[in-house]
Amino acid sequence: MQVDPFIDPHPNLTPAVLQGLGWLYLVLCAMNLWWTIRVYREDKHVMVPVLNIELPRATFWALYTSALMIVGFMHVSWTNEDYIDRFPLVLEPGGPFQTAIDFVVANPVTYFMISISGTIAVLWFRKFLVQPTVGWILLNAAVLFQALSMTDYDFRQIVGKPDNVPIVALLYLVGGFTWLYFYKAVENDRRLAEWDGEGPIPVLENDENEKVLVWPDLVYSELICMIAITTLLIVWGIVLEAPLEEPASSAKTPNPSKAPWYFLGLQEMLVYYDPWLAGVVFPTMILGGLMAIPYIDFNRIGNGYYVFRQRAFSIITFLVGFITLWVAMIVLGTFLRGPNWNIFGIYEYWDVHKLEALNNVMLSELFYLDWFGQFFDMPSYGNDDPMGKKVSMILLRELPGFAVIGIYFVALPPLLAITCLRTFYQRMGYLRFMVFTQLLLWMAALPLKMVLRWALNLKYLVNIPEYFFNI
Amino acid sequence: MSVGDYIRGSQIWKSIFRHPAPYDRRNRVVVMLTNFFLHLHPVSVKQQGIALSYTWCMGGITFFLFLVETITGVLLMFYYRPTLEWAYQDILALRDVTTLGIMREIHRWGAHAMVITVWLHMYRVFLTGSYKPPREFNWVVGVLLLVLTLLLSFTGYLLPWDQLAIWAITVGSNMARATPVLGHEGPGFQLLNLGGYDLITSGSDARFLLLGSRFVGEETLNRFYILHCVAIPLAAAGLIAIHFWRIRKDGGISQPL
Repeated sequence: MQVDPFIDPHPNLTPAVLQGLGWLYLVLCAMNLWWTIRVYREDKHVMVPVLNIELPRATFWALYTSALMIVGFMHVSWTNEDYIDRFPLVLEPGGPFQTAIDFVVANPVTYFMISISGTIAVLWFRKFLVQPTVGWILLNAAVLFQALSMTDYDFRQIVGKPDNVPIVALLYLVGGFTWLYFYKAVENDRRLAEWDGEGPIPVLENDENEKVLVWPDLVYSELICMIAITTLLIVWGIVLEAPLEEPASSAKTPNPSKAPWYFLGLQEMLVYYDPWLAGVVFPTMILGGLMAIPYIDFNRIGNGYYVFRQRAFSIITFLVGFITLWVAMIVLGTFLRGPNWNIFGIYEYWDVHKLEALNNVMLSELFYLDWFGQFFDMPSYGNDDPMGKKVSMILLRELPGFAVIGIYFVALPPLLAITCLRTFYQRMGYLRFMVFTQLLLWMAALPLKMVLRWALNLKYLVNIPEYFFNI
Repeated sequence: MSVGDYIRGSQIWKSIFRHPAPYDRRNRVVVMLTNFFLHLHPVSVKQQGIALSYTWCMGGITFFLFLVETITGVLLMFYYRPTLEWAYQDILALRDVTTLGIMREIHRWGAHAMVITVWLHMYRVFLTGSYKPPREFNWVVGVLLLVLTLLLSFTGYLLPWDQLAIWAITVGSNMARATPVLGHEGPGFQLLNLGGYDLITSGSDARFLLLGSRFVGEETLNRFYILHCVAIPLAAAGLIAIHFWRIRKDGGISQPL
């Protein structure tokens, strides 16, 4: 790896990158120093199996912290450009690590499976994950993964884009706050399980809950918070210049053309649904559904404290909606979608000429040609046919799709009401239950269409291009 | 007598604050009741209700970022002209020559941060079940504020008038073209016609309403500028007032019931 741009225009390592990473490692080192002291104060010991001696747990954290310090100083002091290609801590381009990661993320099927199974795993193993040591190790692993990945040129191109920095921050914040939620919810679940129903509810939020004066208790923390945010914005503004590209030109379409990052979940939906659904109907349903939450959640308990078991259904639904279908989709749209909206690995070069075979089919074709071709003919019409014949032929052609959608939205809710959601129906009443199931079915419509696309190459269930009506 | 005591004893100071400094319990109560800015808060709250690990402070930060955006936004308006001729040039000048051009950076990063803090605020309110009665309606107001935050960010995205701006807005607003019935490429647009003439065309559909033109052009810039600087901030300010007022009226800061 040479830094000279005439030899390698895409250097994996530059002195500036090493400097930046060095500071990142030193910050991580300082964080772990604090953690080591914390562990040391707890004064717990572990037996080392082979050596048969007992060591304080802090020993291992101290060793790790020291290693981080050495690594950090190594980065900041490795400034000689002649030696930069001999820097040891770098991801091997195209090596097994990069290949494995890219293989998993650069495929919508595995990507979605990982995000959904990750959400389920977090819910399932929540008691294990909320241990502070586990949380701390996960945080360290995330930072180390990011730091190592930053030694890759293509990774830096996309993650280091000024407008994408907030998404990285969002990931850490969502991860951290989700951990904090489960930390409190698991403890409250445990307390509520042991509760005999006497006195005030024994949640964390009721411990030492005296009334305090807003001045100074709240006013001062608000002031400190305002100062901290102002400082953060100023430092962020100094370190990172706001992006400004070439002057606008309606003749030069960039490839890929992306919406602002917070809408990339919706843009990703365009892969599976037409604009009238992905861009208009789905956003309306999302916002309407959010507004409807207080009116369809009939569960009156769990107000004002973090809890999981008392509200398991609503929490799971919200987590799947927010993390799997919103945040993970934004990450996919921002970091993995490249030219021609093809999907690229995080270490992969954005090749404009990458080709992906697309032979999408319609449900009507599957039905009339593939599955039941020997019984029916594909309904068709000529341009000179009268309007009535055209419309009836179109409707006949799309009958299978209309049947599927009809069953999904009309027949499924009553079926759910008498089977697995029977208690919900009894407690919610007719109207509330219908609104609730419709919203739930709309939410499930995106992953279901994804599965249909991956399994059958299905593009549309109903395909009426004559009237821009495709589902 | 120290200078501080002299100032606090002067007629000017007393006319502004009307009571002694909040050093004792009585005056700490009085300051909350007599100060316009502080009267948004109650006099006292439950200790756990304001614990940082409970509230995450995200709603407060969002409001503070709204104020930061307003102040930096007004400063930027002094330098920015929303015309094809000047928009890009003025941003260039802000970057290269204008004193305190960093206001643009603070404005942009603050906007990104605000989108994140709004989401996290909603996340916290959901996870603590704080949307449950009696706060149902305030949750609805909150969702509307979320929409306005996204629209503020979206309309502001166009103003630098660079490649990033117009293509992001083009991609975003192309959706409106497909609005059912009201978009000229949406299902059922043929329903609105008068004697065989379509009422919904590329020059009269939902996208045209949004852009003021058939494509992202000077009319769009003007339209988004007014939405960004006047219309949406006013609507957001009104809803924020309602949101805060309802917190107090719906039983104060979220607590175990």
